[in-house]
Amino acid sequence: MDFFVVSLQAAFQLLLSLDAEVLTAVWTSLYTSAAAIVLAAGIGVPVGTALGMGRFPGRRAALTFLNTLMALPTVVVGLILYGFFSRQGPLGTWGLLFTPLAMIAGQMVLAIPIVANYTVAAVAGADPRILTTALTLGAGPLRAAWQLLLEVRFGVMAAVVAGFGRVIAEVGVAMMLGGNIRGYTRTMTTAIALETSKGEFAFGLALGLVLMAVALVVNFFLNLLQQR
Amino acid sequence: MKTLRNLVIFLVLFALAAPAAFAAVRLRLSTTTSTENSGLLKVLLPPFEKRYHCHVDVIAVGTGKALKHGEAGDVDVVLVHARQLEDKFVAEGFGVDRRDVMYNDFIILGPQEDPARITGVATAAEALAGIARHRAPFFSRGDESGTHQKERELWQASGIAPAGTWYVEAGQGMGEVIIMATEKRAYTLADRGTYNAFKKDKTDLVIVFDGEPGLFNPYGVIAVNPRRHPHVNYVLARHFIDYITGPEGQKIIENFKVDGEQIFFIYKDGH
Repeated sequence: MDFFVVSLQAAFQLLLSLDAEVLTAVWTSLYTSAAAIVLAAGIGVPVGTALGMGRFPGRRAALTFLNTLMALPTVVVGLILYGFFSRQGPLGTWGLLFTPLAMIAGQMVLAIPIVANYTVAAVAGADPRILTTALTLGAGPLRAAWQLLLEVRFGVMAAVVAGFGRVIAEVGVAMMLGGNIRGYTRTMTTAIALETSKGEFAFGLALGLVLMAVALVVNFFLNLLQQR
Repeated sequence: MKTLRNLVIFLVLFALAAPAAFAAVRLRLSTTTSTENSGLLKVLLPPFEKRYHCHVDVIAVGTGKALKHGEAGDVDVVLVHARQLEDKFVAEGFGVDRRDVMYNDFIILGPQEDPARITGVATAAEALAGIARHRAPFFSRGDESGTHQKERELWQASGIAPAGTWYVEAGQGMGEVIIMATEKRAYTLADRGTYNAFKKDKTDLVIVFDGEPGLFNPYGVIAVNPRRHPHVNYVLARHFIDYITGPEGQKIIENFKVDGEQIFFIYKDGH
């Protein structure tokens, strides 16, 4: 039991003392995940809406493919993008490897299938009359889709929250593409992995508790936003 | 919805602008976990960063992976410990200006009970042979790190190809492997620096063999060859090499202690 008591104490101390290194890791986690989820939503929501609304050949295959992508291991995404971003790779000249931008790209790839899939579910579950009504009232297909999205905004918000949860909690992409550089690409999760490798289990768990606290605050605000 | 839209716009702009805030000169250093985890780099790097107005980005991985980063040109300089691999790295034209930085040594750890009864044997190879003969559990790093490389050399010297349920390839870092060996009452090869950092309250394994010249663990620094990778920051890498092998860096390394014990040793004249 000692282990958990010590971890809990350490977590509170970290939160109260506003340790600069921990704050930097929290901030890195937050802004990379936020940027990734915004970009992922920009792609995933339209894709999910199209797949949820449309009736076109290949739709089933596309949905199966999207479902399969949900199972993408983070390390595989890391490896694929590593191949692109390394100096030897096709995008090597951009010098993105071991920067926050590379992490954002990887996390975006991770989040897109989740956001898209949840959006499909939300859109497919909507009242089918919304679309026909909007169309008969003279809206174009894009305007009608927008109307539909407004109706199912809770479902879309759930998609974004789920995607955010995945990217802020993942460690494979952040470690491989970011490199766990102190004060630059070290996130909460890579810091936890590092502390674990140093045998500092209690401190690692304390960082995990801090991460959960941060996630709680984020979700609280998303919830507020949703209720407006 | 307006708030939401503003939030989205803000976040996208931020995502695009954030990297610009980090636009200071960066030197990318790939190194082994032992130099980072021991805390040495935390005291060794700041004076250098201050003098050259730069950030040193430390990517702490095993030696094998660190050299791969160098081969691909993904870093500017490497600080590693596997002499044979380092020489190969330089010979193949990936690195230039290799210099000795510091050293410590490898040790064989095992449970106090010493089930394979290797305490007192003459060589590290004999110690490993004893472990194999008793089929006593042994944890290998199994990750192409410098320590793994050394372990392979020692098995080769013992004339044994380790295999069987007693020989466990963990595929993890030094710290994890010491913890795993502790939990499983197993033997393992470790660098003294990491063991010193763990022995106070994280492991009760003891040193069952040490002190052989073959267990010498030298660290070298190598700049990535700018002829092969023109984008690397060779000038700063050279400054870095001069700094850590120069009087100021060497003094910091010599004075660096964990729990009152020196972890890395510098070469004195005529070593």
